[in-house]
Amino acid sequence: MKMSVSQAMVECLKAENVKVVFGYPGAAICPFYDALLDAENDIRQVLVRQEANGGHAANGYARISGKPAVCIATSGPGATNLITAIATAYADSVPIVCITGQVNTDQIGSDVFQEADITGAAEPFVKHSYLLKEPDDLARVFKEAFYIAGTGRPGPVLIDIPMDVQKAEIDFEYPDKCEIRSYKPTTKGNYLQVKRVLGALETAEKPLICIGGGVFASNAQEEITRLAELMQIPVITTMMGISVFPNDNPLFCGMIGTHGIKRANKAVNECDVLFLVGARVGDRAVKTPLALEKTTKILHIDIDPAEIGKNIGADYPLVGDAKIVLGQMLELAKPMKHDDWIEHLKGLEGAKAPIEAPAGTVNPKVFIDRLAAKMPDNTNIVADVGQNQIWTCNGYKFRKGGRLLTSGGMGTMGYSVPAAIGAKLADESRPTVAVCGDGAFQMSFMELATAVQFGVDIKVVVMTNNRLGMVRELQTNGYHDRQTNVFLDGSPDFIKLAEAYGIPAVRACDDGSMDKAIDMLANHKGICLAEVVVDKDMPTL
Amino acid sequence: MKHTISVLVENHSGVLSRISGLFSRRGFNIESLAVGPTHDPAVSRITIVADGDEHTVEQIEKQLNKLIEVIKVKTFGRDEYLARELMIVKVSATANKRSEIMTIADVTGAKVMDITLTTMTLELCDTYAHLCRFEEVIEPYGIIEMVRTGTIAIEKGAETFNAKK
Ligand SMILES: Cc1ncc(C[n+]2csc(CCOP(=O)(O)OP(=O)(O)O)c2C)c(N)n1
Ligand SMILES: [Mg+2]
Repeated sequence: MKMSVSQAMVECLKAENVKVVFGYPGAAICPFYDALLDAENDIRQVLVRQEANGGHAANGYARISGKPAVCIATSGPGATNLITAIATAYADSVPIVCITGQVNTDQIGSDVFQEADITGAAEPFVKHSYLLKEPDDLARVFKEAFYIAGTGRPGPVLIDIPMDVQKAEIDFEYPDKCEIRSYKPTTKGNYLQVKRVLGALETAEKPLICIGGGVFASNAQEEITRLAELMQIPVITTMMGISVFPNDNPLFCGMIGTHGIKRANKAVNECDVLFLVGARVGDRAVKTPLALEKTTKILHIDIDPAEIGKNIGADYPLVGDAKIVLGQMLELAKPMKHDDWIEHLKGLEGAKAPIEAPAGTVNPKVFIDRLAAKMPDNTNIVADVGQNQIWTCNGYKFRKGGRLLTSGGMGTMGYSVPAAIGAKLADESRPTVAVCGDGAFQMSFMELATAVQFGVDIKVVVMTNNRLGMVRELQTNGYHDRQTNVFLDGSPDFIKLAEAYGIPAVRACDDGSMDKAIDMLANHKGICLAEVVVDKDMPTL
Repeated sequence: MKHTISVLVENHSGVLSRISGLFSRRGFNIESLAVGPTHDPAVSRITIVADGDEHTVEQIEKQLNKLIEVIKVKTFGRDEYLARELMIVKVSATANKRSEIMTIADVTGAKVMDITLTTMTLELCDTYAHLCRFEEVIEPYGIIEMVRTGTIAIEKGAETFNAKK
């Protein structure tokens, strides 16, 4: 069918079943937005307040929907603003498709107004990118972009489209499949290797499963839970793997890493076989992988062959999609028992109990614990970065169906509020709470307007210690307590700020107001905000 | 240790920058990189000589394979391949030095491409190691300018390394 490239872009999105796009317009992307105007009934267009937040919103949307989500920006500064979101999605293997406008084809390379080489600038952080110069390539490029973003190890794909290309006329037909000879991810595990991995688990005395974000990416929560229960293997998670495994399951030992639980870290050191599933053993998760690989048999499932053997040597590498490979294992696995080992781990020190909070403040661990008790099972918790993130990750008791989203790989401050907006729009039946610090909130509170404008029912928790708390603690412990550039004096009154947006808000600064705040978060219909006043010297762990 | 790696890529603009970017950002050391077309116009072939231990080379291969436009990667084993590199060198050569330089050219297999009253320009196509030896002996005469292509390599024997259509 004859149509403009812009119209064809809209048709591509419809064909990919895209229901929402997050973006910000400008001259170079106007042709596309103009075409989108005629598709308002099919594609909801959310105007964020800064492009990076559009990327984070797409990130949250993609993680909840399990499918590539779309964000849009104009050329030059619009596109460069997106880079942090692209890098954030890349670090956590989240499938987003970013569409940017570019200056006219014949102007590329001459430094015209709002020209930025975005495919070049974003290259280190994309799974793939296209600078679309040939209008006739449009349908193929979109088909490939969605396919690449969502399959294998998911990740961001960028499509940069010059303005004149957007306006060109083409004969459009959307292909129903795509064939990329150089891109064929292995999804099924090698049968013999599957048997070997299972054999190693069966002969282990102290086996341990480490769940990473890859389990969510492949939607293998059921499979890993069944395998752990069948073989009675204790479970730890990385930060990205939190909420895969119900925290009330007796096999659960908590999060590992620098900010993890002692019991979980000890389990890693004491186990004889460590079964990594979709976990890349990042430096914050395992500090000394070289020592570990000497003493422990490592079994490693990953869909990305490059992750196997990159940070830790694997005795049994197994390339494949976690859901499929675990399915293969479940067909062969037999029930087992490791009562002594499980009992031993239970006896180890868990999360540190909350200390008493000074008057006028609330202990954030207590707050998170009570919040978890009141929120429904299927709640999305979107944790930002900093102390608030760790309190949330270690303290929130996720039950089956719950979901934690956080920027694990990049640790991008300001992620939580926009990502919560995306997560909520991906499935409005799921309550969604963003938890952030007073530092990060001031990087992203402009998105309250987005939530209000589009009626997105997110709950926002701002933990105020008037500090960049995580950095303050680092200075306390690592720099002789020489605190510098971590003071947030000058911050607004967050309750008044919420009110300025017409958002109901409660300040929690003692037991009574804490319960009131939690009650509001759990029961209020529509967006609301709770400020949780936290002591400036409260430790992270 | 040095490794010679052959990479078949889609002949798209931008592929080379993706590959060189990958090497620099992951801290892989490139000794040389040579790129050119193959008998299939849709496919280019890149030969990379890189320095690193076994673990590094494994990562180089895997990371290259992750690039969507990379079709195939092969690291050649020792003595499994034939390699050549072209060098063109301009040396200062006044009349009294010419015959000496000609003798060196004869022995090493270099050819004289150009001659002036004060210079000679020589070309030599051979292995990296041979080129280095040649450079050593020609050096004392005064190298004014030198250019090298980087190694290209192909497997010995009847085995082929091609992209499937
Ligand atoms: C964009 C960005 N800039 C800087 C940092 C470094 N950083 C990590 S935690 C942190 C402090 C966060 O402060 P706040 O949001 O108030 O959270 P708190 O630690 O106080 O709970 C900073 C600055 C980062 N992670 N991201
Ligand atoms: Mg703070």
